Formats: sequence, C-alpha cells, structure tokens
Amino acid sequence: MYEKDGEKYFVVDSHMHYWSAGPDNWVPGAEKYAKGWIECFHAYQSLAPESTHWPIEKFMSYTEDDLMKDVFTDGYVDVAVFQPTYLTEWYREGFNTTERNAALGAKHPGKFIANTRWDPRDGDDGLKRLAENVDRYGSIGVKLYTAEWNNGSRGWTLKDPGAYRYLEKCQELGIKNIHVHKGPTIWPLDKDAFDVSDVDHAATDFPELNFIVEHVGLPRIEDFCFMATQEPNVYAGLSVVIGGLMHARPRFFAKVMGELLFWVGEDKMTFGSDYGIWEPKWQIEGFVDWDYPGDEFSDYPRVTTATKKKILGLNAARLYGIEVPAELRLPDEEPASRDASVGVSSASPAASLGG
Amino acid sequence: MTTAVTGSRILAALAEVRDPELDEPITVLGFVASASVVDGVAEVHLRLPTYFCAPNFAYLMVADAYDQVSALDEVVAAKIILDDHFAAEAINEGVAARAGFVGSFGDEAVDELDHLRGDFLRKSVMAGTDVVCRPLVAAGATPADLATVVLGGVPHSPALARLRRRRRELGLPAGDGAPLLIDPATGEAVGVDGVPLHLRKARLTRTSLDANTSICRGMLRHRYPASSEET
Repeated sequence: MYEKDGEKYFVVDSHMHYWSAGPDNWVPGAEKYAKGWIECFHAYQSLAPESTHWPIEKFMSYTEDDLMKDVFTDGYVDVAVFQPTYLTEWYREGFNTTERNAALGAKHPGKFIANTRWDPRDGDDGLKRLAENVDRYGSIGVKLYTAEWNNGSRGWTLKDPGAYRYLEKCQELGIKNIHVHKGPTIWPLDKDAFDVSDVDHAATDFPELNFIVEHVGLPRIEDFCFMATQEPNVYAGLSVVIGGLMHARPRFFAKVMGELLFWVGEDKMTFGSDYGIWEPKWQIEGFVDWDYPGDEFSDYPRVTTATKKKILGLNAARLYGIEVPAELRLPDEEPASRDASVGVSSASPAASLGG
Repeated sequence: MTTAVTGSRILAALAEVRDPELDEPITVLGFVASASVVDGVAEVHLRLPTYFCAPNFAYLMVADAYDQVSALDEVVAAKIILDDHFAAEAINEGVAARAGFVGSFGDEAVDELDHLRGDFLRKSVMAGTDVVCRPLVAAGATPADLATVVLGGVPHSPALARLRRRRRELGLPAGDGAPLLIDPATGEAVGVDGVPLHLRKARLTRTSLDANTSICRGMLRHRYPASSEET
C-alpha cells in the first residue's frame, strides 16, 4: 500500500519476475544468447533513474532477499503476480520458471500469485503439464510468448488451432487471465511477432477470458489500441510503458498514457513493474505524482486519483479476484467480482468514435 | 578525390538509408559506427541498440546501406558489417552474397521483406499526416476543411515534402491535386465524417513511432556510451 497526500493506493504488481541468469545457468554452446539476452534486459534498466541502476552481476542473479525488499518492503506492493519466462534453450534450469516462482511464493503466503505458461507446440504433453501446474500452484493466469523458439519453429499465433485447444483447456481449468507478450521480443524474423491481430481473434472467440497485452504491443502501440478499443476483454499491461518512458522520456510517456486512456480506458490498464528490470518504488511514487506536463495534452482524457488507484491495483485485483481492504476501494466499488472483470469497454472514450 | 570528400559522400549515401521501423536516417539514429573508403573499397560498420534487435529490420538496413554505398562512383567494392548482433553473421554474409532475406535465413524466414517495408511506409504516412495537420487544426481548420484540402493547398514545409515522398514511395497520389487525407492502404480520400477518427489514428501512430524511437535511442546510449547521437 502506498500513501500520499492522504490518499491510499492498493498496489498489485501484475507483471514481475524472479530470474536466474548468471553464467552458472547458461546452456553450454548457447552462452552468447544467454549473455546477450540478460544484457539486453539490463540495457532497459538504464532508462530508470540512475540511483536505481544495478551492476550486471546483481542484475543476473538478484536474490530472494533483494526481491522481497525491493518489491514489498521498499516497493509498496501488496500482491505481486509472477510471470514465468522459460527460455530453456539458453538457460539450463530456465530463466524464470513457474516452479522457481512458486517455491518463493510458498514461503510468503498471500504475497504472490504464480502464473504459469503454455505453448501450443507442446501438444498433448503440454496440456497435461498445464493441468498439473494449475493443480499444484493454483494458477489462474498464464504468460504466453508467441515469438519463442520451439523445436525448429520460430513462433506461433493465438489463431492457430493448437492454441485454441489450450485456450479451451484454460477455460476448463478455471484460468481467467491470458497475459500475452507483445513487445520487445526474442526472435522475430519475418513472422511478425509484434502483430496483435491474433489477440483480436482469440479475444472475440473466448469472451470469458481476459487478454492482457503486456508492453501494449510496443513498438506498435497503434495496432494494439485500434484492436483493444473493439474488444471488451483486452487489457493494456503497462510494464515497460511506465518503467521505460516515465523517467527517461516524460513527454512521450504523457502522450502514450494519453493515447491509452483514450483508446483503452482507465478500467482496462494494469500496472506491472517488470521487476527485476525496474524496481517498483520509483515507478509507483512517480506515477502517483504524475500529470500531463502542459496544455498541449488538453484533449487527452483527464487523470484523477481514481484513475491511478485503478491502474496501480484495483483493476488487476478485479482480474485476479484479490480482496481489497474496504478503505482502499473506490467509494462506489463493489467487492471483487469475477463477473465484473470483462465487458467494461464502454469506459473507453474511444467508444464514442465508433472504432 | 580527397579522402575527406569521399567521407562526406559516403555519409550522405548512408543518410539515404532509413530504419524502416523508426523512419529516420541511420546516420541520425547513431547506427553508423564508422564509414571509410580506401582504394575504392568502402567499409561501413553498423551498430544497433541491442543484441536482439529485430533481424528483419537489421537486414533491411544492411542491404539498403550496401545498395547506397555501392552506387557511389568511387566505390568499387562495398563491405557492410553489422557489429554486435546475434544474427550478424547471417545478415552480413547474406547481404554480401546478395542472397536476400530468405536466402540468408533459410527455413527461418518465410518470405521476403517487401510487405513489411510497405506496412511501415503506411505507418509513416499516417504519422506524417499528424505532423502536417496539427498546425492546420491549431489555425482553425475544421473536419470539413481537411476533408477537401489538397496537397497543393497546404503551405510548404519539410513535413509536407516528406509526407509526399512517402506517399510516392507507396504509389499513392502525391501531386498538388491529391487530397491531403487519404487511407494509406487504398489511397481513397477520407470523407468528412471519417476525419476525426483519421486524425486520432494519425496522432496515435506518430506517438507510437516517437516512443519507440526514444526507447531505441536510450538503449543505444547505454550500449555505446561514448557515442553521440549524430554521426
């Protein structure tokens, strides 16, 4: 919980990691990819305030104590959602697996939600593993990487029949939230990994699932926005947006936020720190203090305290069924309800334009 | 010809190469690490903001640099070398052998990149439309005005010239009599009712492009701290 000027903010960090990326975890023969990957992540950290930069050694192998301090003790987060990233072709025990996340979560009851993952190219075995993970870790969300390598394939789309089998399985298993990585990517040859049109199809065909597009389709925010404004169950995951732009490029940050508030709306935007890339503390403090820097932004939707409360925690709490203490809710807000988590797109001012 | 003159000519040639995604010259973006011509052999080193920058875009820039530099009279042979990139070897060898993107990546690449370039040119047209229209709207132009204005009726500016060049590259109408507002996919004029949404889309596309460019620049500065943005 973060408190400022008498206002209290319930904070859900809906996109964060606990990775292991040091040389001891690199796959022999794939060292250059493992090293290149973590160095690329580290470069993103340079977009944060300098006092929060870490040396590469810590960045590769931050500890459990680092995470608990940065996210909860110093970082105001009430509940954090682990998003796994496997990358087992480069990292021996995976970069950031469901198992690794859940093991940490088990030590701190109530602090974490452990999402899992799937990949349609894993076929029947993958469906079985998904069911096991849901059973073992209580996952109600998944993180998907459509651009990931798998047995000679260089990517997939949510439109694939194989992916539909998994989405059906998700519904059957009680999974509600599909986080899709559409942003800076791993191996995007000419299979256009930034393309968000596959989310459009899946969101239409699976109206009971929520699709949270992480990194808002960067570098193609416009494609994401045109799609999200038409789909009530598509959300904007703000990881990278706040961390990558708010400090480094405040004017562009203001424009991107203005566009997202216009096209997607404040009820469908969720904060994610992307820890360990960026610490949540400065992002939350900065975002609560933030407003448009000047008159030229006057035709974007206004940003209120309620807007910030929704984005920092209340929206994600609704998606994950997290109970929010009464004094931290908005005055007219109902207690967390699963049914309320979809079909809120009328809040987008863009709805009046007729898409 | 002196070395200094050749140096400026090779940089001018490279300034014609754009990052297709960011729509800026690679020289302005700081992607040219070095460029020289010795005894008719040009050697250009390119660098990108990250090790994993999209290889399709990287390929386009290396290939375009090769074409531009090779076209110089004083250049007999050109070597374009992408540094510090996970796919550098495949791209450098592929461009040198004129293999095309499919030839360079085999099964990993399904098709050539022309359609990708076209997609991004259309985005450039939308972003450029915002740049041109913003002062017109500030001066009081209504949707009805904008729906009828033609390119020849807009005051000259570098932004307008650039918009016309991008439209020409796509084969879209770019003459004085062509409407200012067109659908970049079809070339059809935008009707008065469609103007507000068209302008919103244009602004969003420009915002997206600018935000992406700013992230790329920040990453490049982190990776090559000694470099300035202008080469």
